[in-house]
Amino acid sequence: MEHFTRGFSGRARPARERELPPGQYDVGEDWPVLTAEATPRLDPATFSVAIGGLVASPVRFSLAELDSLEHSTYRGAIHCVTTWSKFGMFFEGVSLDTLFQVASPLAEARFGLVRSHTGYTTNLPLSDLEGGRALIATRVNGEPLSVEHGGPARLVVPHLYFWKSAKWVAEITLAATDVPGFWEQNGYHDRGDPWQEQRYQGD
Amino acid sequence: MARAALPGGLIVEPAAIRPGPWQQAEVVAIWPETARAKTLRLALSVPLPRLAGQHFVVRLSAPDGYRASRSYSVASPPGEDGLIELTIERLEDGEVSSFLHDEVVVGDLLEVRGPIGGHFVWRGDCRAVLIGGGSGIVPLMSMLRMARQGAMAGSVTLVVSVREPAELYYRDELAGPEVQIAYTRAAPPGTTRPVGRLRPEDLAGIELAGATCFVCGPAAFCDHASALLLHTGASAQQIRVERFGPSG
Repeated sequence: MEHFTRGFSGRARPARERELPPGQYDVGEDWPVLTAEATPRLDPATFSVAIGGLVASPVRFSLAELDSLEHSTYRGAIHCVTTWSKFGMFFEGVSLDTLFQVASPLAEARFGLVRSHTGYTTNLPLSDLEGGRALIATRVNGEPLSVEHGGPARLVVPHLYFWKSAKWVAEITLAATDVPGFWEQNGYHDRGDPWQEQRYQGD
Repeated sequence: MARAALPGGLIVEPAAIRPGPWQQAEVVAIWPETARAKTLRLALSVPLPRLAGQHFVVRLSAPDGYRASRSYSVASPPGEDGLIELTIERLEDGEVSSFLHDEVVVGDLLEVRGPIGGHFVWRGDCRAVLIGGGSGIVPLMSMLRMARQGAMAGSVTLVVSVREPAELYYRDELAGPEVQIAYTRAAPPGTTRPVGRLRPEDLAGIELAGATCFVCGPAAFCDHASALLLHTGASAQQIRVERFGPSG
């Protein structure tokens, strides 16, 4: 549908906003907090992240075990489906490739269902979790991840809309079929590629 | 199908909820709620049934192809499938909200999509405790209006936290035994409650058993109100939160 809004020309757009996916704007210094549930209280001493489902070796990592693995980082922008993006993020943690080396996904595994300690879930193709594109982050911009941003550990999949980057990540279950997660059952997209504006089911 | 309750409190409605298509909506009325908030009443070209608590996306398109979109909660109750009322707070530097406030007039066409949301919705099938901070009252107003229209006002409690009387939305319509207003900075003469943010005693008399609690407002307000609810005896499973992040 070709439609212009009468009288709308848009504000002056900073040059770097053109680096963002369509429909996104630069939120600036703020890092908004968006969650559907009350912020949990989690004990770092018992916190863990598990990889299960279609894997040869189901595994569970404590924070100390995660910290002992090879570290990976992501430096760049993140994109929220509510249309803000934030430049200049620096996440440190462990690549999911490193965890998958231990768990060994089976050949028939094609999708991941991510579950948080709060019960939040989100689904995405396994291919989006592999190849250096996803990490379990424990630090951001040089500091430990705060609880409102998903600490002590969250998933970070920066090439997809950020609701895929589940806070307080508890478990990633690999499966042969795609099982919709929390927002996905509520109308949001199963993959969520911001460059294709895959915001809602059917986009 | 029954609802699936996930451990930890998030509840998912199994029926897939898909927003409708992008469509044109005509602005049929505009009125102020406060000095910084206006309600736009829109006539949808594609009427769609909706639930109390859902939102629509408004998308503005410039001739050069630039687009900006923001989500706005619906304030009107379900039932009028072809009409929606969006209450929009004017944010400084808010590209979309300032355009909607300063430029849009009755008769304009806006591109919208919705209704969206399957979590922060009330279907009238349980008691609802509604706690809103500032503009966070908007989706809760849809629920309150639905309750009053359906003679279910007894199944709803609304607590609104607002800085001062002049910032209260829907003020001529709110008064009722099921509504409490908590002023944080300045209260009308005769108010017995001392000004200040929500305190445990503000929630003390509310029946929480069997209720779903809907908390909406800025992130800090939501954290505070959720913590108060937990302190008052609600479980995490009963609390649904909608944080109004920066939009504009």
